[in-house]
Amino acid sequence: MHAAVVVFPGSNCDRDLAVAFQAVGAKVTMVWHKDSTLPGDVDIVGIPGGFSFGDYLRCGAIAANSPICRSVADHAERGGYVLGVCNGFQVLTETGLLPGVLLRNAQLKYICQTVGLKVETSQSVFTEGYNAGDVIDIPIAHHDGNYFADEATIAQLQDEDRIAFSYMDNPNGARADIAGILSENRRVLGMMPHPERAADAAHGGTDGQALFRALAGALVTA
Amino acid sequence: MKATVHIMLKNGVLDPQGEAVRHALGALGFEGVNGVRQGKIIELDLDEGATEADVTAMCEKLLANTVIESYSVEVG
Repeated sequence: MHAAVVVFPGSNCDRDLAVAFQAVGAKVTMVWHKDSTLPGDVDIVGIPGGFSFGDYLRCGAIAANSPICRSVADHAERGGYVLGVCNGFQVLTETGLLPGVLLRNAQLKYICQTVGLKVETSQSVFTEGYNAGDVIDIPIAHHDGNYFADEATIAQLQDEDRIAFSYMDNPNGARADIAGILSENRRVLGMMPHPERAADAAHGGTDGQALFRALAGALVTA
Repeated sequence: MKATVHIMLKNGVLDPQGEAVRHALGALGFEGVNGVRQGKIIELDLDEGATEADVTAMCEKLLANTVIESYSVEVG
């Protein structure tokens, strides 16, 4: 598996994400936001957490219009895999690769804590290492993680089994307790919680490991 | 030439910041504030000859997220 991790000014989880990919045997290339092309043999693009461009205008909005994001969109449209975590999820909604938007947390507070997530579907390369219904502990760290989409979009996500993870105890006001969603072809995942921060015993939790292991397993044989 | 873009959250989209401002006004003793919605104003300094359509394109592409926000453009 060859993973590219995009680095924006203000990204701060890029190296954590790279380490999580490397830990499951992936080759990782860091890609700068001003690069206009991805390495040719990339299987998956990781959009990391952080505060790209200082969250100016709207979270992820300026990053979504950077040169590399055109290539990320092309990669996704060709059927490539993309994982966006936290700010990466915000970037993916701003590019239109995923529906909806992440609003300010309903309580207006930045929340940094480990939360219980319910795995809603195992029908994706990201979640096939879990069973639907599993509850896993993954950290969140965000100010703008309150998922919003209109009711028709929420219903569509539910009907198409595209909600990947939901909160057991909704911390931020997200509609339908949504913590992470899949694209229509199930190859793009955006999620607010940080699986790369629960991928090593030294992190204090390893519930995120199964996501990276499943990816490595699926994309090696792809 | 100047253009001004007003951006507001659409009706039906929760505005927790506006709600916080409303509560703060109430705490200060300002009564009868039934709602507060917070938006933004963006002023653009443009080459002569730019059109409203140009600014609208900027709004659609970057300045507003039309999933949650509505915008209006004033040119001149």
